[in-house]
Amino acid sequence: MSEKENPNAIRTRIWREEAEPDNPFATRAAYCRGYDVYGEMLGQARWVEMLYLLFHDEAPSAAQADMLEALAVALTNPGPRDASVHAAMCGGVCGSTAASSLMAALAVGAGQLAGGHEVFLAMQGWAECGDDLDAWRKRLGKLDAITGSIWPAPEHAPGFDPHGVSTATSVRQMLACLAGYGAGSHLLWLQQNLPDMEAAAGCPLALSGVAAAALADLGFTPEQGEMLHLLLRLPGAAAHALEQRPLGYKKFPFGTVELESEESK
Amino acid sequence: MSARATGPNLLQENVGVLKSRMGTFYPGSHVIFRGHDLHTDLKDMDWVELYVFGITNRRFSKEQLRLMHAIWTYTSYPDVRLWNNRIAALAGSCRSTGTLGMAAALAVSEASIYGGGILVRAMDFFIRTRQRLESGGDLTDCIREEFDAYRSIGGYGRPLINGDERNQHMLALARELGLDQGPHLCLAFAIEEVLLAGRWRMKMNYAALVAALGADIGLAPREFYLFMFPVFLAGMPPGFIEASDRPEGTLYPVSCTDILYEGQPRRTWSCQSGN
Repeated sequence: MSEKENPNAIRTRIWREEAEPDNPFATRAAYCRGYDVYGEMLGQARWVEMLYLLFHDEAPSAAQADMLEALAVALTNPGPRDASVHAAMCGGVCGSTAASSLMAALAVGAGQLAGGHEVFLAMQGWAECGDDLDAWRKRLGKLDAITGSIWPAPEHAPGFDPHGVSTATSVRQMLACLAGYGAGSHLLWLQQNLPDMEAAAGCPLALSGVAAAALADLGFTPEQGEMLHLLLRLPGAAAHALEQRPLGYKKFPFGTVELESEESK
Repeated sequence: MSARATGPNLLQENVGVLKSRMGTFYPGSHVIFRGHDLHTDLKDMDWVELYVFGITNRRFSKEQLRLMHAIWTYTSYPDVRLWNNRIAALAGSCRSTGTLGMAAALAVSEASIYGGGILVRAMDFFIRTRQRLESGGDLTDCIREEFDAYRSIGGYGRPLINGDERNQHMLALARELGLDQGPHLCLAFAIEEVLLAGRWRMKMNYAALVAALGADIGLAPREFYLFMFPVFLAGMPPGFIEASDRPEGTLYPVSCTDILYEGQPRRTWSCQSGN
């Protein structure tokens, strides 16, 4: 039966497999974008090269791979103060399943405050405005809600820290490091125009904003960037969730509730 | 499905064909749910009744369904400090979606010190212990062995406080409905009596109570486990809503100085091989 006629066929440009002669369900060879994964890439390719290749037709250049690796290091652990990691630790302290801790990190880290959707929106900005300061000023000056969306209306310029006072040193360091790879124009431009961009946004640049510019420089679409941001921040959530497990809920912040009446809101 | 097929042949037999006793939908026509037409035969079922029917393929009495509703209602706490609820609320605070927040919060509810893990352990212990007692076993021995194996008895004692505000209300309802005389509930009280009299000093909590009631209305462990999946759900949306209505990022903010670091002192990173 040809692929066209086969109702069970899965279409993909990413992956092809050849079966063992004795079992159509066992893989003799797997190819990612044409490269033999287990026969050639394994032991030769870096994790970030494979990661990049999954989302692009071609393998990354050396500069792109280096930059993606640096970005991955920057995003790997948002730290225990981050809400997504806090959510994962809520699973850890009570002995919830491993997957549910990561689901918690994903659910909380998906949002528009330091999360995946913020990166998506910021990357839409790069797609729309590029390196044009006037276009950015126009975009950052208005926070449009998409009516009928499952997402809440944006409350701050995506990629910037609504509670920030000045650009955090860690953000500056990440921007400087990633811009240094010269893998695209946006990071360098952002570095050069940071005061104007922050003035237009009304608050300082956040890590999510650097990540968005970096992902755009690497040629990822906003949809791909959102996925990668979700994915690359999980290791820290996993480590912190596991660390909290033996410590237990008694050593984890619980807080107190001050009950207000319904009328007082 | 062939009973004899194994390996790739077993997989090949199942390519493209989904055999189901549970149901299917015929687009534009009708839906079969466990052998019944959803929109005609089952249209008057309330949601919990349908949910339990989907799990068990059995019908339950009005009293049993009332009890099942109450099992969910009585443990719906809109308190964002509770670790599962906190996830839904954090999702609101970080401007994620409600579905993501609540789905993750439900997944986390399968914890080992509360929720799913304890419920299953409690029911399993009741069933095993009843079998042991029926064959002449001693209850105190069963409890001691359970402690030796798990260092706790599922459904007795409680995080935060020893005692459970839900139990008196649930017991009152079970009594009112005539569902408080089942053998598992009697066993649950007998276990509590042993635990309170001995050095353990542990009271029955809600998990043990509802596991016993669930077993007494005929739910098998897997049925009970699936029935209890949304048990905390009603307490979650309020926290999500409140956190969404407050300024973003203001639920559980933690300053840098609130990290109590207990690891290695500061040191210099040199390249991997020389580290």
